Amino acid sequence: MTSVLAMHAPDGFLEPAVALVTGVLSVVVIVFGLRVAGRQLGDRQIPLAGIAAAFIFAAQMFNFPVAAGTTGHLLGGALAAILLGPWVGMVVVSVVVVVQALLFADGGLTALGYNVLNMAVVTAFGGWAVFRLARRFLPRNSTGVVGASALAAGVSVVLSAAAFSIEWLFGASAPVPFDTVFGAMVGVHVLIGIGEAVLTGLVVGAVMASRPNLVAGAADLDAEQRAQRGKVGMKPFVIGGVLASIVFATVVSQFAVDNPDGLEKVAIDQGFIESGTDHALDSFIFADYATSGVGNETLSLAIAGLFGTVVTLAVGFGLLSASRSGRRAAAI
Amino acid sequence: MSVSQLRFTYPGEHHAALDGIDLEVTAGERVALLGPNGSGKTTFVMHLNGLLELQDGAITIGDLAMSEDNLREIRRRVGAVFQDADDQLFMPTVRDDVAFGPANLGVAADELDRLVVETLERVGAGALIDRSPHHLSGGEKRRVAIATVLSMSPHLLVLDEPTSGLDPAGRRELIDLLVGLPQTQMVVTHDLPFALQICPRSVIISGGRVVADGPTRELLADAALLAQHRLELPFGFDPTRV
Amino acid sequence: MSGAHAHGSAVDSLFVEAESAVHGLAPDAKLVALVGFVVAAALTPRTSVWAFGVYAVAIWLVVFVSHVPVRVVLRRLAVIVPFVIFAVLIPFIGGGEQTQVLGVSLSVDGLWAMWNILAKASIGATASIVLSATTRVPDVLTGLTRLRVPRVLVAIIAFMMRYLDLLVRQLGRMRTSMTARCHDPRWLWQVKPIASSAGALFVRSYERGERVHQAMLARGYTGTMPTLDRRPATAVDWSRAASLPLVAVVTLIVAVVL
Repeated sequence: MTSVLAMHAPDGFLEPAVALVTGVLSVVVIVFGLRVAGRQLGDRQIPLAGIAAAFIFAAQMFNFPVAAGTTGHLLGGALAAILLGPWVGMVVVSVVVVVQALLFADGGLTALGYNVLNMAVVTAFGGWAVFRLARRFLPRNSTGVVGASALAAGVSVVLSAAAFSIEWLFGASAPVPFDTVFGAMVGVHVLIGIGEAVLTGLVVGAVMASRPNLVAGAADLDAEQRAQRGKVGMKPFVIGGVLASIVFATVVSQFAVDNPDGLEKVAIDQGFIESGTDHALDSFIFADYATSGVGNETLSLAIAGLFGTVVTLAVGFGLLSASRSGRRAAAI
Repeated sequence: MSVSQLRFTYPGEHHAALDGIDLEVTAGERVALLGPNGSGKTTFVMHLNGLLELQDGAITIGDLAMSEDNLREIRRRVGAVFQDADDQLFMPTVRDDVAFGPANLGVAADELDRLVVETLERVGAGALIDRSPHHLSGGEKRRVAIATVLSMSPHLLVLDEPTSGLDPAGRRELIDLLVGLPQTQMVVTHDLPFALQICPRSVIISGGRVVADGPTRELLADAALLAQHRLELPFGFDPTRV
Repeated sequence: MSGAHAHGSAVDSLFVEAESAVHGLAPDAKLVALVGFVVAAALTPRTSVWAFGVYAVAIWLVVFVSHVPVRVVLRRLAVIVPFVIFAVLIPFIGGGEQTQVLGVSLSVDGLWAMWNILAKASIGATASIVLSATTRVPDVLTGLTRLRVPRVLVAIIAFMMRYLDLLVRQLGRMRTSMTARCHDPRWLWQVKPIASSAGALFVRSYERGERVHQAMLARGYTGTMPTLDRRPATAVDWSRAASLPLVAVVTLIVAVVL
């Protein structure tokens, strides 16, 4: 079963308003990104970005084993950002997503706004932000870079799912409440994130071993630091990751299960609660579908707010960090 | 084309890849560049069209001395065909690839069309004009790659291992093509019979220097010379009998 | 994930060779028609079931005219299957007013939502499939350029499409050679060799990118791609006029409905 349900969302998945807003956002970010990539890569921009895009596309097509015969697919946003730098990485994955929608019918054309946002912008910049953060705490050598890459990739997938859920809050097209979508999406993608984390870490490790100067995220290491490659045990890492994720996913999913819809209905019928009570989520900007049937309103709003802030901060931090390192690189 | 005292060291390396190359080639000549792997042949060849920065020495193509300012004209005069045709055929169609060079030089649209068709006919690839490069066979790619530089009307053609990956028929077609082109040609190759067949003169480069320069037949008949530079004739091939 | 599972020819398998009016249309006209059609369909309120019937008839008419085999279109539509599954689940998990169908309680709004997604997704995907089946990649690129899409972006897409098959084939070969050495991973922690070869492929691809760049320089590249669109747009303006009514009719219906 494909691991990216609702990632390459088709037409009509979210309401037109959300499609439009995310569309405009994506266009702006891509146009800006092209300019930055041009500045960073000069006249090498076209062949390098083009071939990198082909690589990401090809890598996404291949399935890697997850467990007992089931397979998963790489999303690659964080990987692209760590190898190529966040701006180029974002542009590259955006190109892949756009062409997949236009020519391969993978993702709706009217859904490109949020598909690009979730799969390219959030993963690349959010992943880069987590990467930079993790590198501060990890050793300054190849192992540190690999570890940070893995963490960044895993989290980027979760951020992507969170972003989608928040878009659902504003533009749901089906009567599935926000907390159910959030719980399911984030819960599932925490598990998917493990695969992404393992694969990304290993790929970055492989590139570090042969041509470390191709890893933009490790540009600050000198030759000696690059040489320090500790041996990371795979099995304990994966098992530990799975356990941690299951715990996290369970907690998050409980959030979705908490749905005293029936109870509330009974209370209204019996006249205990005014059916016209001002609900916390009754703002006009939220989609009715996403807010009705929500279990604990305050909690839902808090979670939405929290993750919305986290995603925005991550992307923002990633953007800022990218611009700073971009300016430094340009100044050289 | 004349090269004098060309020296070059790759950044980060300690020993020089090119250690004083002196070479003169007259117009219309076909010269084979022979030598073991790592001898500096490809490094040398990449100097000829200005892809590698001139560190030490001088290169003259025709009447133009190589410098920063005339790189564009140098690149027009020197057409380089690399080993991997996929590196050179990067446009969506063969037509676009052959047009890329002259278009960059400012050739106008209708003239461009005519030039592309004519060049492809010359290399025997006229039928491939609207095909996508990744569909082509090895031999077809090689011919189109030659066309992509030929369309720029070069004075000097440099080919790096042009017969590698070709089947015998493709190889024969390539030989026929190259022999029929008027341009001066420098051919880097391991294929010694091929060198003998199309290049009257050969130069052996080893350790970044020219160690032999003379008629191909003579060089290939000198077993000691060949052995000294890790060159070997194919089994049963006798250059004196060809 | 990606519907292009044909190893070694992801790009080749897109175009379906045939002689048809659709194949001959100017690519920019087709792109505009595609986008207009899909947007109109996406904006249509789901309760106007008849409108979607019109859209479906319209796009399948185009399929018929294009001589693209129906089974090819249906096969490529498989890419929306995961969302079909999700859409079908919605009435079961959806909230709001419920109705009874065969003894099962289904959400009314959920049924409408399911319909909405199924209709729009399938129509959008079909239109996209028709485009890629009737338009060669170089022509799609020309179309994009004519529609003023930034040239750098079109060039990046062009390079991606050019090298995609090569990379897919290279990745496939790596997998084959691993299998030949009896490596048959079933669990995530066995994935190291695959990841190593993917990393190696990235390095090789990047280096190829650098060589391509040098080849571009050797042929006079200065940083801007030369304009190579010689096919006159004016001669096919009538085609443009022919395909736009598709969009116009569709939008008109939408307007009436709204």
